[in-house]
Amino acid sequence: MPKMTMVQALNLALRQEMARDESVIVLGEDVGVDGGVFRVTDGLIETFGERRVVDTPLAESAIAGMSIGMAVYGLKPVCEMQFDGFSYYTMHQIEAHASRLRLRSQGRHHVPMVLRAPYGGGVRALEHHSESREAFWAHIPGLKMVIPSSPRNARALLVSAIRDPDPVIFYEPKAVYRAFREEVPEEEETLPIGRSQRVREGRDLTLIAYGAMMRPTLEAAEELKRQHGVEAEVIDLLTISPLDDSLLVESARKTGRVAVVHEAPRSFGPGAEVVARLVEKAFYHLEAPVARVTGYDVVIPLFSREKYYLPGVARIVDAARSLLSAQ
Amino acid sequence: MPKTRIALPDSIDHLSILDEHGKIDTDLEPTIENSLLLRLHRTMLLARRFDERLLSLQRQGRIGTFPPIAGQEAAHLGAVAPLRASDWVVPAFREMAADLWRGRSLESIVIYNNGFNEGGRIPAERNDMPISVPVGSQILHAVGIAWGMKYRATDDVAMTFFGDGATSQGDFHEGLNFAGVFQLPVVLVCQNNQWAISIPRSKQTRSQTLAQKAFAYGIPGIQVDGNDILAVYVAAREAVERARSGGGATLIECVTYRMAVHTTADDPKRYRPDAEVEEWRRKDPLTRFQGYLAAKGLLTVDNVKAEEEAIAAEIQTAVARAEEEMKALGDPLLMFEHAYAEMPEYLSEQRADFIRFMHATQKEGDHA
Repeated sequence: MPKMTMVQALNLALRQEMARDESVIVLGEDVGVDGGVFRVTDGLIETFGERRVVDTPLAESAIAGMSIGMAVYGLKPVCEMQFDGFSYYTMHQIEAHASRLRLRSQGRHHVPMVLRAPYGGGVRALEHHSESREAFWAHIPGLKMVIPSSPRNARALLVSAIRDPDPVIFYEPKAVYRAFREEVPEEEETLPIGRSQRVREGRDLTLIAYGAMMRPTLEAAEELKRQHGVEAEVIDLLTISPLDDSLLVESARKTGRVAVVHEAPRSFGPGAEVVARLVEKAFYHLEAPVARVTGYDVVIPLFSREKYYLPGVARIVDAARSLLSAQ
Repeated sequence: MPKTRIALPDSIDHLSILDEHGKIDTDLEPTIENSLLLRLHRTMLLARRFDERLLSLQRQGRIGTFPPIAGQEAAHLGAVAPLRASDWVVPAFREMAADLWRGRSLESIVIYNNGFNEGGRIPAERNDMPISVPVGSQILHAVGIAWGMKYRATDDVAMTFFGDGATSQGDFHEGLNFAGVFQLPVVLVCQNNQWAISIPRSKQTRSQTLAQKAFAYGIPGIQVDGNDILAVYVAAREAVERARSGGGATLIECVTYRMAVHTTADDPKRYRPDAEVEEWRRKDPLTRFQGYLAAKGLLTVDNVKAEEEAIAAEIQTAVARAEEEMKALGDPLLMFEHAYAEMPEYLSEQRADFIRFMHATQKEGDHA
């Protein structure tokens, strides 16, 4: 199997889905000739032409709104937001229409579009280039919100997102784009949307994370084992909404001690929903209050202070140790 | 008659006073005091050299990603030159020469581009807004500021900047419409630098000019040679006077060129030919303005040399001072500042936990 970065794996997913289904259209700012500012759509215009790889004028709301029309008409638009920070222009179209047309038309119309956006910090970028606002989307009924964490699951989830009959917001952790390579099979691979994955077995506590936070979380699990002899179970959410809580609940019932990790601000973040589900479904098994290791409730600082804002290995280990010491 | 014709403007003014060959249209040439001309030249030269310095700092890893301005200096300076201090400038993110004219310090630009929010601080004596990255969004703020000016019955003016790409955004059209409906004292300056990252102006809109979009909103629009500081100045002065005297908004399209990258993370070789860049190099706003000043006897080779040396020293001092200032900005607790006028309790708790965590890890670090 070839080893790929996440950028290459996403490109593979797009390329194969476009070859497989001529209704798949890629559109957005700089996705054609430039190949996307992160090169995720690199070379697609050469293979599939301007008819299917569309460099649009600079208007995010128009890109989303037009994608809704295309999708209702039977196409499968995969639109790109250059950065998640510019995707809020689309919020109205997505909230008012993409998420509701199935309901409003009582099943006659649906919106099988994908809105891709790089999200998250850690790449020394400008303002509006480092946020983690998945909770905005996850809060909207009728939408799916997916965040992969590695090249292989990114490719498989993007294929699933394109084939999904409902609108999917697909956040790509830009800090992971080129951070490491992973074997990705050439042959088709999908992953179910709405399913989390256990990526490490453990009995002492449970760490729940997703996206770019998976790497520090897995490193923290290793350090807990190495330094403290603690076996942490690690769960990768993969889909933020609809949230699959079956593994979370099962794991919480087993370990009784849970921390949830995300780079989004703490209040009203995805972690709050995780805590609520565990309170609802595993309350009597919890040995300690569920911990949240998250961004602070401030706008993510510009890059010189970003590392203090983003949860890292030390903060996750710190939270895990206080969970373990709770009686 | 069931079918009649409604008379609408079918042409638009294009203003050019000092052309790329240095030829001046003496009928249109504005009367500008020599001291103002020389101040404009100094700021233009400073902006050019500082831009070059920022690029080298970025390549050395001493600052982060930033958007160079080279080629657009005349379209910045000609626009802001007719403003007074009490007016408001509402920039996008590629108007550094205008920022310098309005009193922004070189130090603050280095600090901002090196990833410290403190670099965005606006001193109390300046009204201008900080940079705005989401394309076109700031246009509406300028319209709102202008609404306030009208409400308070001042004769101040708001001037906003945006690029050719921004004219595709809803916020641009909504801003022009509101400015027209409410007859507001706002000057909308479009920096048509031909490229929105990789998308050429021709793919941004089917319209022949960007300036003509003003007509649909019932406000005047004019296209100017954006590399001709005299043309930009004349158009801006007229627009500012119109706004000041209750005549409402104006759209100015400055036809210019982004000589360098979109930002330092961009590679223009992927989408535009070098020949095009070379062609625009011959239209350089700085050498054109220098030629004009030399012909007027205001600038000599020696003057320019002395100016260059003074500017090099000024930049060097500013960079050194910024790097010194940044040492004092190392305190991570600064990230909790300016979230609200008053810090909410839950945020104070997060701040306290951050302090506890930093002390705990530092202590462990000492043992290790």
